[in-house]
Amino acid sequence: MIDFDFNAIIRNLPYLWQGMQLSLLLTGLAAAGSIVLGTILALMRLSGVRLFQWIGTAWVNFFRSLPLLLVIFWFYFLVPMVVQRQVDAFNSALIGFVLFEAAYYCEIMRSGILSISRGQAWAGYALGLRYSQTMRYVVLPQAFRNMLPILLTQTIILFQDTSLVFVVGLADFMTSAVTVAQRDSRLLELYTFTALVYFAMCYGASAYVKQLQKKIHR
Amino acid sequence: MIEISNINKWFGSFHVLKNCSTQVAKGEVVVICGPSGSGKSTLIKCVNGLEPFQEGTITVNDISVGGKGTDLSKLRAHIGMVFQNFELFPHMTAMQNICLGQTKVLGRSTTEAQDRANALLQRVGLGELGYKYPAELSGGQQQRVAIARALAMDPIAMLFDEPTSALDPEMINEVLDVMQELARSGMTMMVVTHEMGFARRVADRVIFMDQGEIVEDATKDDFFTRSRSERAQLFLSKILQH
Repeated sequence: MIDFDFNAIIRNLPYLWQGMQLSLLLTGLAAAGSIVLGTILALMRLSGVRLFQWIGTAWVNFFRSLPLLLVIFWFYFLVPMVVQRQVDAFNSALIGFVLFEAAYYCEIMRSGILSISRGQAWAGYALGLRYSQTMRYVVLPQAFRNMLPILLTQTIILFQDTSLVFVVGLADFMTSAVTVAQRDSRLLELYTFTALVYFAMCYGASAYVKQLQKKIHR
Repeated sequence: MIEISNINKWFGSFHVLKNCSTQVAKGEVVVICGPSGSGKSTLIKCVNGLEPFQEGTITVNDISVGGKGTDLSKLRAHIGMVFQNFELFPHMTAMQNICLGQTKVLGRSTTEAQDRANALLQRVGLGELGYKYPAELSGGQQQRVAIARALAMDPIAMLFDEPTSALDPEMINEVLDVMQELARSGMTMMVVTHEMGFARRVADRVIFMDQGEIVEDATKDDFFTRSRSERAQLFLSKILQH
C-alpha cells in the first residue's frame, strides 16, 4: 500500500474514459434493442397463437440456460460466418447481448402486461382499436411504466455484464483498465479504481431506482 | 337494430347463456336486470364481440357480430360501451381518453377531436376537467368521462355494463342523469343495471335474466305491474324492498 500510485490512474483517465464511453454505448444500445425484442417475445408468449407461444417460450428457456460468456464468444465467431463478412467485435457482442438479454426483458414485460387488467384491453377494443393499437396505446405504456424500476435494475446488471466483452478484446472500461494495469504494472491501483467506479455507478443507479419505485407505487 | 337470436355460450363446461333471443329497435332503451351471475354482463359483451359465443347469431345494423368476414374493430367503433369499472386509461388525461379513439380509429385531426371532446365534457357536466387524470377524478366523474369517450365515436348504439355498480351512492345519480339525458335524445341503449328507478323512468323494455336465460322480456309497464315469472317477482320484491 505504501507506493499506491494515484498518478497511474490520473495519467490514464482519458483512455479509461474512452473505455467507459464504449461500455455505456454498448449498454444503451443493448438495453434498447433487447427491450424491444423482449416486448415482442412477451407478446408472442401471451398471444393465442401456438406457434408464437412456442417460439417465445423456447427463446426464453434457451438463452436463460446458457452462460452469457459463452453467448458472447459464440456470436463473435458465429455472426461473421452467418452474414459471410467481417463483423467487428462491437457489433457481434451487441447482437449477442440483445438476443441474450431479450430473454430476461421478455419475462419482465410479460409480467408487466399481465398486471394490466383485462378491462383495459376491452376498453381499447370497444373503441374500435385493433390489437396492435390497443397494445401500443393502452396496455404497453402502462406495463412499461409499472415495470420501469425492474427494467432499470436489469439494465444495471446488463451494464456490469458488458465487462465480459473482455474475452473478445473489446476496449470497454474493464478491458481498458486491465490493459493499463498490465502495461504499467499497476494492478492494485487500477483494479481498485475500476471496482470503485463500477460500485459508485451501479449503487447510485440502484438508489435512484428505489426512489423511482416509491414514486410509481405511491 | 340489434338482433340477438338463440345465443348459447359456455365457459368451459359452464353454460352461461342459454338460448337467449331479443332485439332492440332504433331509439329503444332496454334495461337488463337479474341476480348476479345470471349472465347479463356476458350477454351485453357478446353484442360487441368482446365475449365470443359458440351458438346463435347477433347482428348490429345487419352486420353479423360472430360472422367470419366481419371486421369487429370497425363494428365496435360504432357501438359505444361503458364499463362497471370505468376503464379509463390511467396514463392519459380525460381529454386524451376522449380523443384516442377519435384520432386513431376515426382519423379525426387533434383539433377536431379536442373540440368534440370539449363539447362532450360540457354535455356530461365536466367542462373544465379535461386536463385531469382519472386518478384525480371521483368515481362519478370518471364514469361520465367514460360516457363522453364512448359518445365521441358517434355511436349508433350504447351498451352500459352496470355503470353505477362501482360507485358510491351519492355519485350514482350524476351518472344516471347523464344516461337519462342520452336516452331522451333518442340514443339506442342496452343497460345492465340494478337501478330499478332508472328502469322505471327511462326504459322502454325490461329484460330479466336468471341462470343464463332470458326469463322475461316485457315492456316496462308490464314488467313492473304484471311480471309473470315467479323468479322475476322474487327478484323485484328483494330489490324494491328498500
